[in-house]
Amino acid sequence: MAQPLVKKDDDRDDEAEYSPFLGIEKGAVLQEARVFNDPQLDPRRCSQVITKLLYLLNQGETFNKIEATEVFFSVTKLFQSRDIGLRRMVFLIIKELSPSADEVIIVTSSLMKDMNSKTDMYRANAIRVLCRITDGTLLTQIERYLKQAIVDKNPVVASAALVSGIHLLQTNPEIVKRWSNEVQEAVQSRAALVQFHALALLHQIRQNDRLAVSKLVTSLTRGTVRSPLAQCLLIRYTTQVIRESATNTQAGDRPFYDFLESCLRHKAEMVIFEAARAITELNGVTSRELTPAITVLQLFLSSSKPVLRFAAVRTLNKVAMTHPMAVTNCNIDMESLISDQNRSIATLAITTLLKTGNESSVDRLMKQITNFMSDIADEFKIVVVEAIRSLCLKFPLKYRALEEGGFEYKKAIVDSIVILIRDIPEAKESGLLHLCEFIEDCEFTYLSTQILHFLGIEGPKTSDASKYIRYIYNRVHLENATVRAAAVSTLAKFGAMVDSLKPRIFVLLRRCLYDSDDEVRDRATLYLNTLGGDGAVVETDKDVKEFLFGSLDIPLNNLETSLKNYEPSEEPFDLDAVPKEVKSQPLAEKKAPGKKPTGLGAPPSGPTSTVDAYEKLLSSIPEFSEFGKLFKSSAPVELTEAETEYAVNVVKHIFDRHVVFQYNCTNTIPEQLLENVSVIVDASEAEEFSEVATKPLRSLPYDSPGQTFVAFQKPEGVPAVGKFSNMLRFIVKEVDPSTGEALDDGMEDDYQLEDLEVVAADYMMKVPVANFRNAWESIGADFERVDEYGLGPRESLTEAVSAVISLLGMQPCEGTEVVPNNSRSHTCLLSGVFIGNVKLLVRLQFGVDGPKDIAMKLAVRSEDENVSDMIHEIVASG
Amino acid sequence: MDHFSASNDCCPSVKNILLLDSEGKRVAVKYFSDDWATNGAKLAFEKNVFIKTLKTNARMEGIYDLHFFVTGGENENELLLTGVLQGFFDAITLLLRNNVDKREALENLDLIFLCVDEIVDEGIILETDASVIAGKVAIHSMDGGGAPLAEQTLSQALATAREHITRTLLR
Repeated sequence: MAQPLVKKDDDRDDEAEYSPFLGIEKGAVLQEARVFNDPQLDPRRCSQVITKLLYLLNQGETFNKIEATEVFFSVTKLFQSRDIGLRRMVFLIIKELSPSADEVIIVTSSLMKDMNSKTDMYRANAIRVLCRITDGTLLTQIERYLKQAIVDKNPVVASAALVSGIHLLQTNPEIVKRWSNEVQEAVQSRAALVQFHALALLHQIRQNDRLAVSKLVTSLTRGTVRSPLAQCLLIRYTTQVIRESATNTQAGDRPFYDFLESCLRHKAEMVIFEAARAITELNGVTSRELTPAITVLQLFLSSSKPVLRFAAVRTLNKVAMTHPMAVTNCNIDMESLISDQNRSIATLAITTLLKTGNESSVDRLMKQITNFMSDIADEFKIVVVEAIRSLCLKFPLKYRALEEGGFEYKKAIVDSIVILIRDIPEAKESGLLHLCEFIEDCEFTYLSTQILHFLGIEGPKTSDASKYIRYIYNRVHLENATVRAAAVSTLAKFGAMVDSLKPRIFVLLRRCLYDSDDEVRDRATLYLNTLGGDGAVVETDKDVKEFLFGSLDIPLNNLETSLKNYEPSEEPFDLDAVPKEVKSQPLAEKKAPGKKPTGLGAPPSGPTSTVDAYEKLLSSIPEFSEFGKLFKSSAPVELTEAETEYAVNVVKHIFDRHVVFQYNCTNTIPEQLLENVSVIVDASEAEEFSEVATKPLRSLPYDSPGQTFVAFQKPEGVPAVGKFSNMLRFIVKEVDPSTGEALDDGMEDDYQLEDLEVVAADYMMKVPVANFRNAWESIGADFERVDEYGLGPRESLTEAVSAVISLLGMQPCEGTEVVPNNSRSHTCLLSGVFIGNVKLLVRLQFGVDGPKDIAMKLAVRSEDENVSDMIHEIVASG
Repeated sequence: MDHFSASNDCCPSVKNILLLDSEGKRVAVKYFSDDWATNGAKLAFEKNVFIKTLKTNARMEGIYDLHFFVTGGENENELLLTGVLQGFFDAITLLLRNNVDKREALENLDLIFLCVDEIVDEGIILETDASVIAGKVAIHSMDGGGAPLAEQTLSQALATAREHITRTLLR
């Protein structure tokens, strides 16, 4: 790999991230706080110590009673200082320490002094602090000052008093209610925030008096409220009044609707949105009332600000549930949001469209959903499931009639339901029933069999498995042979998993013995036998379950080849003997022939292209016959430059305790004959390997490739790695190119080849799994290992993903090796079999971290904890 | 602490203000709601918010190693919360004199705490205008010398800040 992968923790150490709080420790800071008691105060120092105390509290540190009291007392000494900055910090920490009543008394006089200070900032903050920590008794003492403060000409002071009033109203309502006059005066303030705070407090003082609230709203909606925040409040109060007077709206205009509508033309987006939302939430809103609100929300949909798009689409999504027709006007704008970078916006747009769209668009939407289902948050999945549910109710009939594109559409629906069932346990039962109903009139054999298979796996796990049987057995009556056979298998799975259903399943399976199709009959017979259908109801044993539910981890192509090669004999066909390696295209085939100027020669190639052929070749060599079963053969690695005299590549064959290098040599010089060709391997940089055998090549004439082998022993089960340097040694003879006759006795010569490495990936076989998620679940979390890595700066996400894949040498699943353009994060799924036949699965999550840096989270699950750990070692040392 | 929100869902309220680093760890946080009773619950929430916004363009990546969040109730007006967030971010930008990074933030953590204190008081929005917020906080930082903020090309600072604004809306 171009750049070594570094464990994130190490990475951090290197940077030695600087923080002024590095190694900060509570005890030491409390110690430092003693400077507060110094007769000569150092304001700067004291501020720093307070910051440290605040930092500790902010990080979740707690002070016990004694510590808090001690700090509080020392802090009170700081009121002696006239330093304005220090005083700010004192205010702040007093609030954080939330002193007890008897402690409050100590600071009361200091704070009251500050409340009457000439400095506005002191007044405002002292009010906030005092009101926060005070109790009722003290409040009467300071009430006079607070009333003054409410109408203070400094808006900060007025706001501080008003906001404190809002808080105090909860604990001391009688006192705060006496401030009504001052608060009412403050509502008229020219300062925006004062108006907002005053309005909030005034409304709260009067909120139990409906008439008073109504009056307040009436007078304010006529006047001019300056602050957008206050305007939002007013909209909320207005809707409250509308709601409470809802009894007499059957005829005529709704009171205050005009006010709400006028707010749609406000210059602040906050207010426009508040009003639009308020209108959409009116009880029994009419479409005439809705229209102007929808219009402004529609404008927001095409805003460049994500937050406007989000707010609008979220509101429209809600409206679409009750008034889908009102939202249809926005469909075009909504469609452009499907590809919004922000997934939340895209999901809301799609689900809205599902509610409002017509049949023709639904097909496309469904496909879009399945595309990004896996990386949206759970709450949005539920939004999608609801949308699909209502969709199923909306269009079932129409779609049955729709021939064209019907398959893709239905497949998309099925895929979505399957994903939902897998991800959301609560959705399982209803989802499965949906699928049951779906196959009732699904004309697509492929989908029916897929669903039946899925039902067989998920159905028996539900609380009431019997309810699915009817649907499945109906298929046996009504469908073509393929679907019938699938239904039989599904029935058998229910029988295997749910003992109480066994007798009934046996009855059904026996009926299938008379099916007209032999596959159906065969399956029924097989299952009746494996499940013990001869009458005895026994618990299904493990092997049978494995047989029914285990996945076939063999590539179908290989199985097919092996079956074709199998000749009927006494020996039964052995499934385990089928090679599991996915055939990779051998290097030789990829090279265009005739690339070499020397012409004639075929490019150096491995003698055969398949694993079978390698196996046959190796087992024919007596020296290697003891090595056992071949685990894996690598693709050929070139050891020479193109256009050299001798072309050599090497294939690494991995066995449990051995490694065999197969050197494929080609002599490209017509005037030469090579004899006794061997490769001298220096394994000094591969300590765990020791050479056990070499098999020289007797003769290597011009342009006729041959092989020489070197075998090494290595510790069993260990993915030993190392570097080997290679030297081609041979006897070279001059020949007559026309006859091929040797002209001399030849001389020994050496030819330096490039180095060869055995890497961890050589011990990994690319074995795909059909369904990664199922495989992931079934392998279990027993030996799961998760860690995070910083991959350092990378060219691109794609480059990082492929680097890790090739480092591990595993099989990417479900197309996750492809990184979509402009992605900032990516999840890649890998599967493989490690030496020792240990299945393992890896989930890689990549994220762009900083300008070029890429971080990766690696989760591995396998059947062996050592292997799980090994994967992390490979990545950490790669 | 949260006594206002139960009886009065009318008044816009902020549940918390978070300033997290590039790994989602706390730089400074302030909770105004008791929805999160323990520090553990708070940390879990912060992690959740951070992860959740990774996959959206709700925030900018790669420019700052700081992430700014303001959250409110599910039914809160998103634009109103955005106003608070914008004020928070812009004020910090002004206070840190455009050096919005984690190191600078930690070195001026007192300013950050004061800034949060001036924006929201127990959940109620106090001020959203960045220059007013920064002005209130900076009263004491000015005695350390340096040009007053007002002269430090306020509009220019804000313009750069806006370009890079990191924002999110949740809950």
